[in-house]
This record gives sequence, C-alpha cells and structure tokens, in this order.
Amino acid sequence: MAKITPQNHTVLCKDVKKTYTIGENRVLALRGIDLEVRSGELLMLVGPSGCGKTTLISIIAGILNYDGGSCTVLDNSLEILSEVEKNRFRAKNIGFVFQAFNLIPSLTAAENVAVPLIINGMERLLAIDQAKELLKEMGLEDKVDSDPKNLSGGQQQRVAIARALIHSPRLIVCDEPTSALDGETGHKILELMKKIALKEDRALIVVTHDIRIFPFADRIAMMEDGKVTRVVNSYKDALKNEEEKIITGNK
Amino acid sequence: MGDRGKFLGILLGLSFASIIMTQQPGIFVGIMTRAFSFISDIGIADIWVADPMVKYIDDSKGMPSTMLYRVASVPGVDWAKPLYKGNIQARMLDGNFQTCNVIGIDDATMVGGPLRMVEGNVADLRQDNAIIINKEGADDKLAHSPRYPGGPKIPLKIGDVIEVNDNRAKVVGIAKTTRTFMSMPVIFTTYNRALTFAPPQRDFLSFVLVKVKKGEDIQKVKQKIKNVTKMGVYTRGEFEDLTVNYYLKYTAIPINFGFAVLLGFLVGAIIAAQTFYSFTLENLKYFGVLKAMGTQNSTLLKMILLQAGTVGALGYGLGLGGTFLFSLYVGQEGMLAFRFPWQLLVFSFCGVLFITLLSALISIRKVITLEAAIVFKG
Ligand SMILES: Nc1ncnc2c1ncn2[C@@H]1O[C@H](COP(=O)(O)OP(=O)(O)OP(=O)(O)O)[C@@H](O)[C@H]1O
Ligand SMILES: [Mg+2]
Repeated sequence: MAKITPQNHTVLCKDVKKTYTIGENRVLALRGIDLEVRSGELLMLVGPSGCGKTTLISIIAGILNYDGGSCTVLDNSLEILSEVEKNRFRAKNIGFVFQAFNLIPSLTAAENVAVPLIINGMERLLAIDQAKELLKEMGLEDKVDSDPKNLSGGQQQRVAIARALIHSPRLIVCDEPTSALDGETGHKILELMKKIALKEDRALIVVTHDIRIFPFADRIAMMEDGKVTRVVNSYKDALKNEEEKIITGNK
Repeated sequence: MGDRGKFLGILLGLSFASIIMTQQPGIFVGIMTRAFSFISDIGIADIWVADPMVKYIDDSKGMPSTMLYRVASVPGVDWAKPLYKGNIQARMLDGNFQTCNVIGIDDATMVGGPLRMVEGNVADLRQDNAIIINKEGADDKLAHSPRYPGGPKIPLKIGDVIEVNDNRAKVVGIAKTTRTFMSMPVIFTTYNRALTFAPPQRDFLSFVLVKVKKGEDIQKVKQKIKNVTKMGVYTRGEFEDLTVNYYLKYTAIPINFGFAVLLGFLVGAIIAAQTFYSFTLENLKYFGVLKAMGTQNSTLLKMILLQAGTVGALGYGLGLGGTFLFSLYVGQEGMLAFRFPWQLLVFSFCGVLFITLLSALISIRKVITLEAAIVFKG
C-alpha cells in the first residue's frame, strides 16, 4: 500500500459542502466530506441511495461546483480554476465511465473511443488509429467499426472504458459501471478495469451498489447522508456493515 | 449525431421556406414586369407624355390633340408620335361582345406597333379597316365559338372581319405580345382609325411618345417638355416605376405575395427550428458527455453551427432546385410569369440563413447553459 504523502494522493477533499437549490427548496447533499484517494488505488464509494455519491464524484471530476471546503485533484485546486481551465483540466486528466455507457450513437466504436484524443487536439484519423489499437487490446478487434447499438451491454461498457482510458488520464471516475449489466459481465468489466486501467500514478473511483464487485476495491469509502462515515480496507468489513444495516433495517 | 427522420424534417422545413421565399416573389416580380411590358416593348421612345392624372400604363385620360405639336416643338425633341390606348367593345362573328385593348399607333412610322408578328406585316395596317390582333386574343377570347358544344374554339385568322364599336375591322395580322397584366385581347391599328373606333370623347391622345435628339440629355429635355406642357412627363424607366408603384400601392397584389412569403418563412422557420431543437434536446445527454470530457463551449458552438449550416445549405439548394423545376414546368404553360433577378436569390438566401441561424441559436443556448453534471443522472 502506498504511503500517504502529498505527492501520492490523487484527490484530497476537506470539508466539502454542497447544497442544491431548486426554487425555495434547498437540499443539503454534502455536509462536509473528508476523503483522500491515493494514487494507484481503486476506491469504491458506497452508501444508500441519495447519500451524495454522485454529487461527490461530480465535484471531484470537476463537472460540478461546490460551495464550501476544498478539493484538490492532481495538485489542482478546483475552486480556483476558471471554466475554460477546468474544461482543459478534465480533457487531459479525467476519464468517465457511466452507468448507461453514453456512447454517441452516430459514431462507430472506434470513433467514440477517439473522442477524448480529438478533444485534446489530436488529428482525427490518427486518433481513430490509436482507438482501434486500444480496442484490439481489449478484445474488440472485430467491433471497431460497429455502431454502439449493435453491441451488447458488456461490449458497450468495454468501449466506454476504452474511451475513458485512451488519453491516459490520471483519474477515472465511474458511476455504477456494472448496474446495467448481468453479474458475470459486471465481474469481467471490473477485472478488465483493474488490469488495464490501474497504474502506479492513476486512481479509480467507482460508485456502486453492487456488492458482487466489492472484492475488487483496494479501499471502500462508506457514505451516509452527505458524509463519509467510514473508510475500510477490506470488502468484508464493508459487507459486515451492509449486513448490519439490512438486519437493523437502517437503509 | 444523426437521426434520419429529424434530418429530413429540418431539410423539408428549410426547402419549403426556400421554395416559397423564392417562388412567390419570383411570380410577383414576373407579374410586375408584365405590368409594364407594354412600356418596355416600345423601347424606341425615350420619354412618355401623359395627362398628369395618369398613374399607370393602363390608365387612360386623353390630352388635347394639339399637345402632340407642342411637345414636338420643344427643343431637343427629335420626334413626337401619338399613341391611343383605350378599351373598346368588339363584337365577334357570333354576336358576343368582348372588351379589347385598342392601341392606335402613328400612321406613318408605326411607332408603338407590335414587335413580333406571327402572321402578316405591321405595314398591312395601312390597308382599309385593318387591324392586328394578338395571338392569345385570336386563339381564345376573340375566337369563333366551337362548331359543336365542347369542341375546340376556332381561332380568328387573317381575312376575318369583326366589329369594333360598330365599325368594320379586318384582321390583317396576328402579333405575339408580351402577356399583359390584364388578359384582354389586344387590337393594334393606326392612330387615326383608332379614333374612329373610339367612342366619342373630348380628347383622344393617350400618350405622346418622344425620341430625344442624339447627344441631348434625356432628363433635361424631359424637364423642358414638362415646363412647356404642364403634363405628366416621364422617361421610360420612370414610367415603368410609376406603373409598378401604382400596383404596389393600390392593389392587394403585394400584400398577398408578402403574406405568402411571410407564411412560408414562418412555417419553414417553425418546422426547421423546432425539429432542430428537438434533435438537440434528444442528443442533450451526448452534448453533456462531450462537455464532461472537456469540450469547450466554443467547440460545441462550432459543431452546432456546422450542422445547422450543412442542412441550411442543403435546404436552400433543394429549394432553389425545386423552384426552378416548377418554373420550367409552369413557365412553359405561359400562365405565370417568373423572374428571378439575383436580388431575389439573395433575399431568399438571407431568409434561409436567418432561419438556420435562429435554429442553431436556440439549440446553442440550450447546450451552452447545460450542466455537465447531468451525465451522471440516470
Ligand atoms: N440536480 C439536483 N438538484 C437538486 N437536488 C439534487 C440534484 N442532484 C441530487 N440532488 C439531491 O442531492 C442528494 C444527493 O444526491 P446524489 O445523486 O448525489 O445521491 P446518490 O448517492 O448518487 O444516490 P443514488 O445512489 O440514488 O444514485 C439527493 O437528496 C438528491 O435528491
Ligand atoms: Mg448516484
């Protein structure tokens, strides 16, 4: 396990707060989050529905502003970046994997994977060549020119993972990456992510409800009602906690 | 990001607007051109003199016949010729009456006579009781009744005799005239014979046609004639404008066409903008994905403009193509006039461009204000 020094954490959140305001209604979604994500680890974020998991990774990924505390990602203080700088920062450093895959339907698999490279200014054909290489590595050699709608869920998610990795980002955020897939496929996806996504200088944050993939986590951060309540090193600890909840009916 | 149905919808809206905005003004300009075709056809006359109350070419108010000599004596005038233009009842062989537009041209020089003859000669007007009839009139309104009910009309031909206001008139020629605004048959005859045809009235001289001497300034001569005669004096171009302006001001024609154009524009704009917008909404999730992945707003703006520009160009092209095919088809029938001066093409291009930009703008606003954070929402 890597040591905790300023150099080898990827994300450091201190007392991060977020309130959503819709008209008169205010929802306190994050009530002071303290969280560290270390380089080289796969951190899972778990907790009951509505506890703020998606809100938190949106903030960490730089697509949502927060209103209190500080959040440092790859040594960048997110609160001081302008919108344009933040866009550039994300384009370079962040990879996204979504529950619904979100592949662009009018582009082929390879073109989808090439998008982050093109956003970073690479010439289109060159980018598509690189995308094809990566898809080949991931066992999708014969699908590079397919439309997303002609791929199975597992294949689409593999393409999406390739898209999240192609530009070698140092932080990859995944929101429920397996919940649209069957158990076996979900398992394979996590296996693949651990194998090719995780590197010494990279971190993965995976938000999930899926107990079956807990074993892939290096650490598990448990959230409840807008706070990180516990960070455990073993999925067994996490499961114990989940079971307790089920038994006590405290969901 | 493509969706064939939506794409076709946008294209349809734009083509529709493009067609309406080109074709309707095209017909309008055509009709307006016809309105003064009689003036442009007499290209030899530099200046037209008419009663000051005359507001357009088909408006006849006679001037005293002495006016001809007063105009002719103005310095700078090469020659001045009389022209009679009036509506007179003709009685056809079968006894039916038909109002005709009678043109009386200078007996000696035949200035103002028909430009293209289908049969016969303009000079044949010098024969006794001679008239020349335009082809449309001869074939239709002045034609003999069919031999049997429902059969074809029998065109009037050279040698036939009709009565013009109870005067015997013999057809000596058939002329091709530019279709006029009024679809009355046209009868050409000499000025003096036209006076015998015309019902009694105080003054017969409808117009004086003036040729300016070589080297003289037309505007200056015009002013001199005006000073001397106190009549309405116009250069050929001015008289054409006067006629068009009359129709623009005092008839519902421009309003009808303007309304059609506006309607085409609105319907096209609504279809195109609405479809384009719903297309954007449908793909909003993917715009969100692109935003999350770090695409700058300026890039998204360019993307949308490019998409809109592409369908805009296609729609305009298809619309123009459609309009020209339509005008070829209808133009052959001769029923409608089409004119497409380049200004008109610029006009409809601007219309389509405006719709395209409008469509793009609504979508751009939506995409720019979009929160990238929606990508994680189910
Ligand atoms: N855009 C928004 N506007 C208003 N309230 C919001 C918005 N997004 C989330 N919330 C609220 O903030 C709280 C946290 O939501 P969030 O989506 O982060 O939870 P979550 O842990 O991801 O839940 P789930 O497991 O169901 O995905 C919830 O109460 C939610 O209703
Ligand atoms: Mg969530």
